[in-house]
Amino acid sequence: MVGSNVLTQRLLKLWIPLMLYGIFLLFPFLWMLIVSLKPDQLLLDTRRNPFALTSVTLNNYRYLLTETEFPRWIWNTMVVTVGATALSLVCSILIGYALGRFQFRGGNTIGIAIFLLYLVPPTLLFIPLSQIVSGFKLYNSYWSLILVYPTFLIPFASWLLMGYFRTISKELEDAALVDGATRLRAMTQIVLPLAIPGVLSAAIFCFTLSWNEFLYALVLMGSGNMKTVAVGVVSDLIKADVYFWGALMAAGILGSVPVAVAYAFLVDNYVSGLTAGATKG
Amino acid sequence: MSVITAEAEPEPGRKAVVRRAKVRFWDREAPLAYLFMIPGLLILLLFMGYPFFLGIYLSLTDKMVGFADFSWVGLENYQLLLEDPVFHRTVANTLIYSVVTVPFKLVLGLGLALVLNQTFRFSRFVRAGLLLPWIVPTAISSLAWLMLFDSVLSPISWVLREWGLIQNNINFLGDRWNAIGAVCVANIWRGLPFFAISILAGLQAVSPELHEAAALDGASAWQRFLSVTLPTIRNILLITTLFSIIFTFSDFQLIYVLTKGGPASSTHVFGTYAYQTMGFSALGQAAAIALSMLPFLALFAGILLREIRKED
Repeated sequence: MVGSNVLTQRLLKLWIPLMLYGIFLLFPFLWMLIVSLKPDQLLLDTRRNPFALTSVTLNNYRYLLTETEFPRWIWNTMVVTVGATALSLVCSILIGYALGRFQFRGGNTIGIAIFLLYLVPPTLLFIPLSQIVSGFKLYNSYWSLILVYPTFLIPFASWLLMGYFRTISKELEDAALVDGATRLRAMTQIVLPLAIPGVLSAAIFCFTLSWNEFLYALVLMGSGNMKTVAVGVVSDLIKADVYFWGALMAAGILGSVPVAVAYAFLVDNYVSGLTAGATKG
Repeated sequence: MSVITAEAEPEPGRKAVVRRAKVRFWDREAPLAYLFMIPGLLILLLFMGYPFFLGIYLSLTDKMVGFADFSWVGLENYQLLLEDPVFHRTVANTLIYSVVTVPFKLVLGLGLALVLNQTFRFSRFVRAGLLLPWIVPTAISSLAWLMLFDSVLSPISWVLREWGLIQNNINFLGDRWNAIGAVCVANIWRGLPFFAISILAGLQAVSPELHEAAALDGASAWQRFLSVTLPTIRNILLITTLFSIIFTFSDFQLIYVLTKGGPASSTHVFGTYAYQTMGFSALGQAAAIALSMLPFLALFAGILLREIRKED
């Protein structure tokens, strides 16, 4: 009797709500998967059950990978994402270290100013930014996004790392300094290794935000074969009123995989990083 | 500190003096702190500070794309917006979009966080899975919604038709209010996991001892939630909500993919309207539209900042 009661409780409090959330949150992905595997004649027959996959084809994936610029878009996104993440990490580690561990005049104000910058959305700046990027002759080059993405990556990553650096005991570093290590050595060999989880969280964050960015990519790097995945899929696979639904959904699945993998492995790390950033502010 | 390191330097002569000066430099905190911040601040200044002021300047001119000549027009661009019915609707849409979706995301996200906060098998896997809507590129997941809301192929319409609830397919994106509703659903779908994961992080701070004590005193689960859990996560709820308001308010891609502001410019938000106007090459006017977000954003950011400072 007691056992079944516990089971009922468990069902009501855990499994049933989990299932309902699962249906809502994962349904669009399931749908993408179904459509991406469906032959066209099945897809366009509106009397059939749209969920039934009576026959399966990989044609949409083949079309996407061989007859569109999709592989090139993936490459473009990769270059931009890795470049912007690396640049942002270097800048953010330095800023986070300075704000988290040094006492200096204006430190707090700069910290708050940087946090506020995180709240500045791309929609506010993309118009003048397009002028500036053309002015620097960077339009439609990888550098445009590698240099612009840090504007929204650095504020959050610095803030997160500042919180992380503060949790690392200062005595440890001081002891190294007393022992004759230079500040730089103490930083790179003692503090930084301890901050690896924070740096990793910041890296995942930068990676996914860059991978997912759309507006700057559309405005600054949106022509020819320089498009990123998101921009390429949205602007090249939809031509006027013709929707290549199968290929679109295949692109959706393939374009989501890199970030999904990054998270699946590091989700706990990410959560702890988020907590550090949110509560140590 | 600097004294000790300097004295640990035994070699005499000029070399030692240079070395000592170097050591001292690396030990003084203020100059080093400023030095560390230079690369990051340079990027922020060049690609955030500069465009911000250039944007203000552009919004006061009649600059067109592809024309070198332009002139100062003062506040004319903003005056035009005051009389522009599409802009009025844009403001209304943006406010509706934020006001409708944020409460749903907050309540549903809190619910999901509480569910996920229990111990169960494969919890790590489930957590990662349910986070997906927020992780994958919005422009791409919006394509799934674009099809779910398609006037011909929508499986939602198909199910409702099968159940006999409707005769003809719903025209989700072809009518202003339907489209706004559809966009809101997609936005809630995307934003809910963000709330859940932030709140879940906050729930780790809730003391289990306090819960047990309250349970022993005969408090019901609901009472315990109100008096133990809620006060602990109050700040994280507030901060997450304000973040979400700001990001929803300044959203672009979801609306761009689903409606492009249509039908008949009736579902624009600030971002898409500014983008469309830029497409018509009216840069000054477009800059004015984008900058019209500023007072709203400043208000939300101000409230957020006050809450975060209170927490310290």
